Amino acid sequence: MTQGGVSRFWREIPQRYNLIGNQCEVCETLFFPPRESCPTCRRKSVGKMKNKKLSGKGKIITYSIVHVAPEQFKGQAPYPIAIIELDEGPRLTSQIVECDLNDIKIGMRVEATFRKIQEEGYIGAIYYGYKFKPAKV
Amino acid sequence: MRDVSVIGIGLTKFGELWDKSFRQLISEAGAKAIIDSGVTGKEIDALYVGSMSAGRFVGQEHVGALVADASGFSHLHIPAIRVESACASGGLAIRQAYLSVASGMNDIVVVGGVEKMTDVYGEEATNILATASDQEWEAFFGATFPSLYAMIAARHMHEYGTTREQLAQVAVKNHSNGALNPNAQFQKPINIETVLKSSMVADPLTLMDCSPVSDGAAALVLCAADKAKNYKDKPIKIIGSGQASDTLALHARNKICTFESTLYAAKMAYKQAKLEPKDIDLAEVHDCFTIAEILAIEDLGFVEKGEGGKAIKNKITTIDGQIPINTSGGLKAKGHPVGATGVGQIAEIVEQLRGDAGKRQVKDAKIGLAHNIGGSGASCTVHILEAM
Repeated sequence: MTQGGVSRFWREIPQRYNLIGNQCEVCETLFFPPRESCPTCRRKSVGKMKNKKLSGKGKIITYSIVHVAPEQFKGQAPYPIAIIELDEGPRLTSQIVECDLNDIKIGMRVEATFRKIQEEGYIGAIYYGYKFKPAKV
Repeated sequence: MRDVSVIGIGLTKFGELWDKSFRQLISEAGAKAIIDSGVTGKEIDALYVGSMSAGRFVGQEHVGALVADASGFSHLHIPAIRVESACASGGLAIRQAYLSVASGMNDIVVVGGVEKMTDVYGEEATNILATASDQEWEAFFGATFPSLYAMIAARHMHEYGTTREQLAQVAVKNHSNGALNPNAQFQKPINIETVLKSSMVADPLTLMDCSPVSDGAAALVLCAADKAKNYKDKPIKIIGSGQASDTLALHARNKICTFESTLYAAKMAYKQAKLEPKDIDLAEVHDCFTIAEILAIEDLGFVEKGEGGKAIKNKITTIDGQIPINTSGGLKAKGHPVGATGVGQIAEIVEQLRGDAGKRQVKDAKIGLAHNIGGSGASCTVHILEAM
């Protein structure tokens, strides 16, 4: 899936490195990843979407353990993948790290951490971004 | 809008067909459908073909023209249209073909669906199927296509108490139906232990919860209903056609265990047909994974939300049950050549409504429904057909 130029990954560095989403200034709804317009306010929101850094704290809505992984992720399998709801509202898909596979539960509190996501073989680019780990109590 | 009928169906076998190419498959299915309908080549106004990813699976785009050429229609210079909506490409090709006849633009069209998936290695097939998910915000982070459905299954188990055994029962039922279908990829019954003990793909889904990688093609001939009797004693009318979309990424939806695309597409089709879920005699639903069939029978209104697992366990969806589901064997056992799937589903419904389904025949089947999903529910088509 990672064919193509570096620009495809470079342009998403702010979102993937720092969890920068955006907010509709009309209805104040937050989005991650950032959207060009707000689906509720549509034309009224054009030009009124403001970048916003998210806290990176949230909870697990659901999860799976991936056993059969694509080439770029093979070295990591079996690994947990989850849908996480951030405290500010938006949901995203991410791996869970620093957690025993048997300890992952729906509803568990998690927080974002900066990690290597995948690499294109031995000589290709390495891509970084967010993963989530159990939140410190 | 005028009424439209199906007057011909054609299917190849589904499976690992190493000796057959993309173009051989679609021209075989097309020829069978045309011969079954009794139309002559010169009466055909247009061709529609559903294919999810010929570009990635066989390195071939420009599929509309290719299919016209391979089927021997290039000298007639009729329009040939390729339609893509991931795993719902076949269902959407039918809807586009249906609309072109309903509008009065065309009288007779051939609509096919095809995928040739085994020319690439299994791993590459998995990567190609993942293009139906959100590449930048799901697949990039390590979500595989089975893992998206596995997350739906985990949430369904959490919210409604659906059990691992109930999921397995979907595969058992569909393999038992597939065993009665000479075109199915798998024609051997299995038991619950086989599903539970097969290798883990994405917890809680095992290999036997997943539909296979398949080659195959299917085709239909559609005709304006007022002309259908000229060709066929028993044309099968399309009485409802619905289509809907949703967010590409599963995580972007509030509800994980409901496909709103199914709700909206079904609502559109039921409204047009002036029918309710209880009026449907049988259905082919999109069981790309066992959990998907449970979601489908709930979202289509056959059972209450959350009751899908129990319904499977109580056997109300078997061939002689209250609402037979996937009499063909479904994607699970019949096979899932993605572009062909939606067309194959309607071919099964037509065979049933004609009373030609042999050992799989549902008694007194008059009204059937076909439900085709793209990706993890980002697109959906629903068609309702009636024997006239």
